[in-house]
Amino acid sequence: MKVAIASGKGGTGKTTLSTNLASYLAQDHAIVLTDLDVEEPNSGLFIEKTLKYEQKRSRMVPVWESSTCTLCGRCQQVCNFHAVIKLGREIMVFPELCHGCYACSELCPHNALPMQPTPMGTLTASAAGGFDFIESRLDVGQEQAVPLIAQTLAHVDEHYGDEVIKLYDCPPGTSCPVIESIKDADIVILITEPTPFGLHDLSLAVETARKLGKEFAVVINRHGIGDDGVAEYCSREGIKVLAKIPNSRKAAELYSNGELMYPHIPEIAQQLEQVSQYIMGQMNGGEA
Amino acid sequence: MNIAFTTKGTDWKDAMDPRFGRADYILVYNETEDTFSSFDNRAISGTAHGAGPQTAQQLFEMNPDVLITGNGPGGNAAAALQRSQMKIFIGAGSMTVREAYEAYKAGKLNQA
Repeated sequence: MKVAIASGKGGTGKTTLSTNLASYLAQDHAIVLTDLDVEEPNSGLFIEKTLKYEQKRSRMVPVWESSTCTLCGRCQQVCNFHAVIKLGREIMVFPELCHGCYACSELCPHNALPMQPTPMGTLTASAAGGFDFIESRLDVGQEQAVPLIAQTLAHVDEHYGDEVIKLYDCPPGTSCPVIESIKDADIVILITEPTPFGLHDLSLAVETARKLGKEFAVVINRHGIGDDGVAEYCSREGIKVLAKIPNSRKAAELYSNGELMYPHIPEIAQQLEQVSQYIMGQMNGGEA
Repeated sequence: MNIAFTTKGTDWKDAMDPRFGRADYILVYNETEDTFSSFDNRAISGTAHGAGPQTAQQLFEMNPDVLITGNGPGGNAAAALQRSQMKIFIGAGSMTVREAYEAYKAGKLNQA
């Protein structure tokens, strides 16, 4: 079972829900939590853990071989991202623009653009309290999150079987990194805050989940602030609201200290139980 | 000298385009013959990625001696244009083409 925790808007509680839910579910289930927000992973801040292993990760980009190149320009014609351009008697490659599609390399008639690995980030695996934790982190200066997210998901699939509940702390937004993070998920949990900003970005995230044909439901964080817009929207659209995490100073203090909330705030544990029941319902065939 | 401008149109009175990669037009003034040639770059707006290198590639082929623009090429485009002998002057983004040309001739524009 793969559960993606996403949001649309940043800063609404993806990591809060991911870390607390992982620890909560780990009381009764085998869990692996993966932080896919590779541009700024932060789940690890809330988890006490012991490092198991670390792997450097690379992606493939073309490198120009001037000796075999005939300057035919085929490479720049086939590159959708203008990552390869011909300048006079030279071919320039912009690795930051390259999406690693291999088109220039494969279609070059003279093998003048062989693909070579270039470092992009680091994957770490840790043992946390009762569950496993995987985090991938892009190197500073790297612009593309998708290749590292794809490799991280493949790593999790290789190392954990179907009996393990896989939680994904996803990046914010609705762009390519989010699509990559949720496209193989069985269910998507969208967390939002009950404000106009939260509602606006939630509606974009809902559209994304629908377009991808995903089973999804909503968790409202900081319940008690803002307005009723999110609740009314969910009711109108027939979207299940799984839980409402109450807004409290205590929760903010725990967050600021990098601590999990549910062990200290019983109301939050109750809300996590509702999310847990939904996940169990989905695992047992869809009736929650 | 051939002098290229990033512009919103193809005449002296038209506004400069402060953007490099996503400029509407590249207008080249041939000082010797007192003529203009231009490239309509507006299709670039449909390009999500790599507008800078693509426009730089176009400009490279037009091969002017000087480029006058607004904000200046970004990192990728600048790296590409370093391959040419072209001199780049910036800070003309809010002028007309004529004003930009006169400011260049008067030495009032900064070289990138």
